[in-house]
Amino acid sequence: MTNALLTLDRVSFDGRGHRVLDAISLRLSARRTFILGPNGAGKSVLLRVMHGLLEPSAGKVRWERVSDALPPGMAAGAVDGGTAHPAGGKAVPSTSARPRLAMVFQRPVMLRRSALDNVIYGMRANGSSAGVAARAQEKLARVGLAHLAARPARVLSGGEQQRVALARAWALQPDVLLLDEPTANLDPHAIRQVEAIIGEIAASGTAIVMTTHHRGLAKRLADEVIFLHQGRVAEQTPAGQFFDQPQSQPGRDYLRGDLE
Amino acid sequence: MGAEPLPLRYAAPTSGRSAGTLHCMQPFLSSLADAFMLALSFDAGLYSIIALTLKVSVTAALLAALAGTALGAWVAVGRFPGRSLLIVLFNAAMGLPPVVAGLAVYLLLSRAGPFGSLGLLFTPQAMVIAQVLLITPIVAALSRQIIEDAWREYEEQLTSLGVARTRAALTLLWDTRFSLATVALAGLGRAMAEVGAVMIVGGNIDGVTRVMTTAIALETTKGDLPLALALGVILLTLVLLLNLAAHLVREWSIKRYG
Repeated sequence: MTNALLTLDRVSFDGRGHRVLDAISLRLSARRTFILGPNGAGKSVLLRVMHGLLEPSAGKVRWERVSDALPPGMAAGAVDGGTAHPAGGKAVPSTSARPRLAMVFQRPVMLRRSALDNVIYGMRANGSSAGVAARAQEKLARVGLAHLAARPARVLSGGEQQRVALARAWALQPDVLLLDEPTANLDPHAIRQVEAIIGEIAASGTAIVMTTHHRGLAKRLADEVIFLHQGRVAEQTPAGQFFDQPQSQPGRDYLRGDLE
Repeated sequence: MGAEPLPLRYAAPTSGRSAGTLHCMQPFLSSLADAFMLALSFDAGLYSIIALTLKVSVTAALLAALAGTALGAWVAVGRFPGRSLLIVLFNAAMGLPPVVAGLAVYLLLSRAGPFGSLGLLFTPQAMVIAQVLLITPIVAALSRQIIEDAWREYEEQLTSLGVARTRAALTLLWDTRFSLATVALAGLGRAMAEVGAVMIVGGNIDGVTRVMTTAIALETTKGDLPLALALGVILLTLVLLLNLAAHLVREWSIKRYG
């Protein structure tokens, strides 16, 4: 674990007149990283800055290919072996290529077409063309929605839409999947389904970076916790340790329920 | 017992009012009756006017829909200097007085104008040009709004998927297709109901450039109220049907695609 998957070097982000992220430096190398913190801590903004959807006001975001950062065989390319994967499972110099990123949002954005076509759309946008329909169908089956493939995505339930969004992201065979509170608007049953799918995606070799308010879910899935408080990293701790013995005062307050 | 006085009470003022208003309502009512007879008589002159109206307005609405939605999508997702100014211009042009649009096209197409040699003045083509000029800003402004709202919803997701802007614009056009169809139908309604521009550039020539609105204007000044009314009733019915169609398209699409 000598190489980092992601390095943030004094990253700040100013939005609407106040500093949302304040000089965040961190190295991220765990398979399943959870970003926790009270409302307004900057979790979603941090995720968007990592993804490149938001340009940091200061500092640098540097991604390295996951195949460098992790032992061979654990890399996404080696597991999924997709044709559209430029580097396969080979180690490449860390400066040569960004890892492939995908993101799932709190509110699933469904295009006005069938569930299957939503998945296919993502694959086509990423340059895949051969056999997309079959692969999209397979991914829908993996999230338990094979029977709804032909249904217009926007008339599906919230939980079903979120699973389509997960299938669409998964079909891109990302090295890293970013998830922004993917269970926030779902009922307990749908949350369990989404949790199982995220576990499967992680098991297939994709690194997970996720924000959530569901502590139980984080406890079950996380390898490492980054705890954000007021735009700063209060602590970055292995998950087991964080939930037993948080290292920072905000972390302790949060787990005791004093910080929401 | 209790129900008996009611008809009487209502009958009395009704008959009283009709007695008072009868002599000025009479021509209107008889004209209306004549109008319905005429509308149902399949009069050849009447139906050639309706056919030309539809031909000119549908052509103009189609062209304006193509140009307007493309412009709308471009402004909605585009990042270029002068974008805000363009939006203001579109919105202002929605209120462009038809006679001014007609005058502009008249000057362009007249013998001495830059396109005079084409000989288009006082032809249906000139009427199409004037109507395209009128409706395109309406379609552009309304579709810009619709596409921009959709873009606000889709932007992060499409950017995350690595979709380029041109492709994003096409995606938005496709995903808002039903709303855009209702905008196009609104444009068609406006084209059919418009009189000032087509009067100036078409000339209201019998059998060549006479459409429903210009015919109504002419017949009214001539005093042929039945024909004017018949055309008016038909025009209203057509516009009503168009709006019904627009409404049904929207309802169906929401139910079908969410």
